[in-house]
Amino acid sequence: MNDSKVKGRLQDADVRVTNFEEVEFGYNDEEALQEASRCLQCVNPRCMKGCPVNIMIPEFIKGIKEGDLKKAYEVISRSSSLPAVCGRVCPQEKQCESMCVKGIKGEAISIGSLERYVADQAIINQFNSVVPAEKVGKKVAIVGSGPAGLTCAGDLAKAGYDVTIYEVLHKAGGVLTYGIPEFRLPKSIVQKEVDSLKKLGVEIKCDVPIGNALTIADLQQQYDAVFLGTGAGLPKFMGIPGEDANQVFSANEVLTRINLMGGYQEEAKTPIKKGKTAYVIGGGNVAMDAVRSLKRLGVDAHIMYRRSLEELPARKMEVEHAVDEGIVFDILKNPVEILTDDKNNVVGMKVVNMILGEAGEDGRRGVTEDPDSLHTVDCDMVIMALGTSPNHGALKDSDIALSDKGLIVVEGTKTSLDSVFAGGDAVTGAATVILAMEAGKKAAKEIMESLS
Amino acid sequence: MYKVVYNKKISSNSYEMLVEAPLVVEKCMPGQFVIVMAKEDSERIPLTIYDYDREKGLLWLIYQVIGASTEELTTVQQKIFSVSGPLGNANEICKDPDAYKGKRICYVAGGVGIAPVYPQVKYLQEHGFNVDVIYGSRSADLLLIRDKVEKVVSKIRYATDDGSFGTKGFVTDILASNIEDYDIVVAIGPVIMMKNVVELTKKYNIPTIVSMNPLMVDGSGMCGACRCEIDGKPKFACIHGPEFDGFKVNFDLALKRMSIYKEEEQEKWELMKKRLQGGKNHE
Ligand SMILES: Cc1cc2nc3c(=O)[nH]c(=O)nc-3n(C[C@H](O)[C@H](O)[C@H](O)COP(=O)(O)OP(=O)(O)OC[C@H]3O[C@@H](n4cnc5c(N)ncnc54)[C@H](O)[C@@H]3O)c2cc1C
Ligand code: FES
Repeated sequence: MNDSKVKGRLQDADVRVTNFEEVEFGYNDEEALQEASRCLQCVNPRCMKGCPVNIMIPEFIKGIKEGDLKKAYEVISRSSSLPAVCGRVCPQEKQCESMCVKGIKGEAISIGSLERYVADQAIINQFNSVVPAEKVGKKVAIVGSGPAGLTCAGDLAKAGYDVTIYEVLHKAGGVLTYGIPEFRLPKSIVQKEVDSLKKLGVEIKCDVPIGNALTIADLQQQYDAVFLGTGAGLPKFMGIPGEDANQVFSANEVLTRINLMGGYQEEAKTPIKKGKTAYVIGGGNVAMDAVRSLKRLGVDAHIMYRRSLEELPARKMEVEHAVDEGIVFDILKNPVEILTDDKNNVVGMKVVNMILGEAGEDGRRGVTEDPDSLHTVDCDMVIMALGTSPNHGALKDSDIALSDKGLIVVEGTKTSLDSVFAGGDAVTGAATVILAMEAGKKAAKEIMESLS
Repeated sequence: MYKVVYNKKISSNSYEMLVEAPLVVEKCMPGQFVIVMAKEDSERIPLTIYDYDREKGLLWLIYQVIGASTEELTTVQQKIFSVSGPLGNANEICKDPDAYKGKRICYVAGGVGIAPVYPQVKYLQEHGFNVDVIYGSRSADLLLIRDKVEKVVSKIRYATDDGSFGTKGFVTDILASNIEDYDIVVAIGPVIMMKNVVELTKKYNIPTIVSMNPLMVDGSGMCGACRCEIDGKPKFACIHGPEFDGFKVNFDLALKRMSIYKEEEQEKWELMKKRLQGGKNHE
């Protein structure tokens, strides 16, 4: 019996590296039905344990099987507010799909693709017409419009709260808008999420840097509760010589110019550097997004990562797609210096090889430099994708409790400040969309409890 | 969208814009800036907050036309897509004037650098300071907002490269001959001017504040485009600055980093000029 999973159809690799359109087409009805029928409907579903928000996975898949997509969507919606997004960007191979019984001997059910299918159908068929409850006469301010903020706002608005989102950028969506590229998460999907909040009566005030325009204390005074979903946007640099060279960028800068500012379009007004050869330093989703975006701009784009391929923290699917797109992976290598000419332009890097050691306490194998391996590579662009940390501009003039690592300290989602809640990357450090979404949900619940 | 009261030419290459932006001016302080976008698809342009009226919710901006994006800004009428701010930190002296009581302060401005200088000098005058200003530009017609500045200073001296107004020469020439009169200098203008001012004040060990204007994208600390080297370490001008201790700034690096997108910007400008030209031909 052939029981392999239904492969999602993709744009051909050599075509898709010339455009920014979505890589995966998503299942059609037959494909979804076929994949759904592979599900064993376990009585004790292990997949659910792998889901950070415990979506009733077998139940929604059953909905697909029975042709009741509305029901499937309702099942997912009980646990997730952003299924069209999470279906596309969740690291399913580490979560639900990693636990699927079918995966033990064969291939796990493509839960992510099925989730995306249901969510896309819900958008097309407009299942999403929630009628907000009667107004409760309470006001909540949300700082930041990433997945945490959007979710918190949505749940509160549905329950009849007056919600205002403050966002410093000119467009809502957080990382979903400025970071994750169009070819992985079409901006029209994000916009639909934002629009549906507006329909629920949520007011979105862009261009407002909380901390400067209004402080948290102001918000505490003007609102019954405040939620901080300010993310972890501050890019890290390596601190190596030459890092201030003209063509050394953070991945955030490259991605912001391309996504938020539309820099990939010919007629865009925001310039974007297109070198001949670019090295993106790092191995996470951010690195993959940056390197694949540059490739699409015609740059010879490399990943340089200090561990091995097995350790790449990026979503597995993205790594596979990147390989197919011709991205060169220079693994077990690390730059120690960026070389420049007298005008501060990048001309290359000094690089060392890394040696993989034993697994540490966190399960990741450590690396050490091989001192005899120093060599140079030629390039004219270097992108740092080393991770990000919370940027606490919003907390200016407040004495909110922070951890040693600079993360907002919470109990549940409650911060040390009166009626101020927080969640998402600002609390956990750079993590995932689904966790930020969950934190937003939890905060909405706790805010309602505290105000009732 | 924000209402634009006017957007008018005030010199051969500079414009003044008055915008209604109540949330920006409610708490803004001298030294802070905004990022504006002419239209939804425009580039984000950082501009200093040059004057404000909190009661009326009004914000004044000055900008120089230096490329495609500032050229596009000149076409704005009635509505502007985005004005985000206030961004960055307030000027240190304005933030805590009491700490500077009795200090003799000199502001040195170059070109459009007068725009950030004006609100500071005005603020300090309102707080009982007598502040001197040295203001320079290439020629007389490029000296901006003189009437307004002259009302709030104790003494103002001008320098022009061609001698068409005030002293012929540089602002540093004037500062050099009066350096004994000052305890603190604030220099805002082209990087090369700030560098020269600091070279001078360093010799006399006169603390000097400068305001950096590197490339920016978001202005909220998210991209790192604006990084400057301060005391050997990278700092983001948008969240750690824009003002820094002039003695600690690596000006040579800042000068080099300004040219990062020069070619790309030139291309965009050529393209835009062609488009504008094309438009005219159709008329
Ligand atoms: C390039 C990239 C790719 C990624 N890929 C994946 C992936 O494939 N799968 C996955 O699960 N996760 C991925 N992530 C991580 C995921 O996007 C984040 O974990 C998630 O977005 C965090 O959500 P958040 O709501 O906490 O914060 P963000 O999405 O960071 O949103 C925070 C918002 O707050 C705003 N803000 C900050 N300070 C202020 C202030 N003072 N005033 C007003 N507004 C403010 C910011 O502008 C921003 O819009 C990726 C991240 C990046 C950068
Ligand atoms: S402008 Fe992006 S970090 Fe300063």
